[in-house]
Amino acid sequence: MSLWLPNWAIDRWRRQGSRKQRPFDDTPFVLAATIGNRRLVTAADAEAQAMGIAPGMALTDARALHPALAVAESDPARDRAALARLAAWCGRYSPWTAPHGGDGVWLDITGCAHLRGGESALAAELIERLARQGIAGRAAIADTPGAAWAMACGSGAATVVVPEGGARQALAALPVDALRLDPAAIAELGRLGLRRIGDLYAMPRAALAARFGERLAHRLDQALGLAAEPLSPLPPAPARWARRRFAEPIGTAEDIAAATRELLARLCRSLADEMLGARRLVLTLYRVDGTSETASIGTARPSRDPGHLLRLFEERLTTLDPGLGIEDMLLAAPMVETLAALQLGFAHRLQSARRSPSPPFRAEKGWDEVGGACRVWRVRAGARWLPPPHLTSPPPGAEREKKKGRRNLDTLDDTSLAMLVDRLANRLGSAALGCFVPRESHLPERSSHFAPVFAPAAVAAWEKPWQRPIRLLPRPEPVEAVAPVPDDPPVRFRWRRVMHRVRRADGPERIVGEWWRGAADAAELRDYYCVEDETGRRFWLYRAGLYRPEMAPRWFLHGLFA
Amino acid sequence: MVEVGKNDQLAALRRRLAALEGVGRATSGALPFGVLAIDDALTCGGLRLGALHEVAGAGPDEEDGAVAAAFLAGILARLRPPLPVLWCLAAGDLYGPGLAARGLGPERVILARASGDQEMLWAMEEGLKSPALAAVIGEIEALPLTASRRLQLAAESSGVTAFALRRWHSGERAARQRAAPNAAVTRWRVAALPGDLKTDEPGIGRPRWQVELWRCRGGIPASWTVEACDATGHVSLAAELGDRPLAPARVA
Repeated sequence: MSLWLPNWAIDRWRRQGSRKQRPFDDTPFVLAATIGNRRLVTAADAEAQAMGIAPGMALTDARALHPALAVAESDPARDRAALARLAAWCGRYSPWTAPHGGDGVWLDITGCAHLRGGESALAAELIERLARQGIAGRAAIADTPGAAWAMACGSGAATVVVPEGGARQALAALPVDALRLDPAAIAELGRLGLRRIGDLYAMPRAALAARFGERLAHRLDQALGLAAEPLSPLPPAPARWARRRFAEPIGTAEDIAAATRELLARLCRSLADEMLGARRLVLTLYRVDGTSETASIGTARPSRDPGHLLRLFEERLTTLDPGLGIEDMLLAAPMVETLAALQLGFAHRLQSARRSPSPPFRAEKGWDEVGGACRVWRVRAGARWLPPPHLTSPPPGAEREKKKGRRNLDTLDDTSLAMLVDRLANRLGSAALGCFVPRESHLPERSSHFAPVFAPAAVAAWEKPWQRPIRLLPRPEPVEAVAPVPDDPPVRFRWRRVMHRVRRADGPERIVGEWWRGAADAAELRDYYCVEDETGRRFWLYRAGLYRPEMAPRWFLHGLFA
Repeated sequence: MVEVGKNDQLAALRRRLAALEGVGRATSGALPFGVLAIDDALTCGGLRLGALHEVAGAGPDEEDGAVAAAFLAGILARLRPPLPVLWCLAAGDLYGPGLAARGLGPERVILARASGDQEMLWAMEEGLKSPALAAVIGEIEALPLTASRRLQLAAESSGVTAFALRRWHSGERAARQRAAPNAAVTRWRVAALPGDLKTDEPGIGRPRWQVELWRCRGGIPASWTVEACDATGHVSLAAELGDRPLAPARVA
């Protein structure tokens, strides 16, 4: 079956708007693109087409026909992506679907039609469902993809079913445009008076091929079923979920944890096949009374380690209420990211070998004389193998070496760090976790920025200014300060109701706002002083604005030194 | 013979006590301050790694924790440098460039904002279980004995060093909790000292601190006047120390 969407770009554009009010529903509407140095109409809706505006027309000509024309920029990439999604949606009718060109979908419905009550019923249902979504479409069912496409485009009817073996007859009346030829060939055929496909049947093949190339004959053969035309269907969407139904409802925390473990193991295996890792997992528990509970976790780095993910779930599982019992559990990974297979480090192998010394391998460790490094000897169970005596007793100092080596190896991969971040973020909230990221700004509150832990590396570097406080108040606090001399540090100031007498001071360091950010920033001017009071505490004060005799200066405390 | 027997018994008892206290246990080593006087006072030649330490400010700085944070930043700067540290805090007033000035690269710091002491203790303990960290710091108000023992045990088993940076938000609470016992191996109090006014150098110069080790398991409490950490995180003894009596302890 071939599905042709005559106005796909327009329909897709309008579908972006809200369901209630589609944009430009009441005015003629076209999509335009700049091709070369001309603005051309690429798609026009039915109203615009009724006025004589057709794709390929210059936009100025179209505006001359209808000055109030609504125009939007065309976006072929998104059209194609949306078409691929539509093809995937068509999977409800057939497992083999593929987008075709910019405005069509192939469906191989062999063996599927009886599920929807026959071929014509299937085509009608498809067109009706599309119409309900605001997509105009025409469907044709024929023996070959070429014939189906020709019927969909050329017949003018919403649904056509060509009976088996009737393609030759059905196609005869259609214009040659329906053969998927390039415009030059169609124009050439038109000049010779060959307007219908039926006209071509009588022509000798050799002459056709000589005049119009192999392509025309090939397309004709494909339409009539004389040449094969394979479809390349969309790959099936992989299952990123795992489900478990229970014959008897479960209710205890242990059962739920065990089932979660099993689901995680299954899901992680399928993720591993796709080289993916989960960023978010949602576990839904369906209770016998028809209600459900969900628990979701997120990870900072993609992960498919069942143990780690289970640990993240454990916190949540205790808060879930099983009610009268749970009969169905669904674990889905709505957010995944690529995660390449990992080369396990030496330390991992060592640890796993220690953890499972069971057959068929028994792990032995020994000490390499040369490097002092730890080695794992894998010995088949049953075979008697004794390490040489110098390998059984570690050389002096080896214990320390081992500790040091292990530590370094562990830190080479940051998976354990990612796991820690996940555990913390799942309890404290991901917004509560972060790190300092430098920004290129001289304003103190802007130069350091709180960012997620595994954010992409910062572009700016930490500059080392000569004096920066260790604590920066979230916002500068106004203080009452007395500074007898302009442009001098204050001699005393009152902060949080405590008077501080300044003994020594440094400054000023003038920091000016970033004028390119706006008027408020452009007016910002601060003279920072580092002052020490009589008890030795050090503060970072600033005077806002330049000193003006007619105005009392405003002082703020911004940070604390040590 | 009897004497020898007694000595043996005493030595055995000492060993047992040490094992109970975790002092003699083979831990991941120690981090020396690089100042002979301080390192001598500590039992293992420096700050023991894989243990819980407590640092508090003094006077009004008990609330702000600025000097304590700077003292800690200097220690962390030298503590297994490329590894990250987890800094759990309640208020978001820690400033990255300020840490950088003490030698602690801000990119090493992972911040975790915890809403209460319970969350904070949980986050610290989770951090202490992770071998990917160099240290875990918690800006904590109340540190009960049980919680501190849990932290100490977690630190011992993983080798990650724990620091409790005490910050009290009212003088009353500070008075109640300042001297309350906990399982920290060392307890420090750091106070800012006023600079020397006799010099006529311009500016305010390097700050000076009164560093007081007021509780040290297996060691003797002591106090030093030091010059604040430099850009590599090292403190040094104040130069005038030999010429005059020790400054009166401001924090007692």
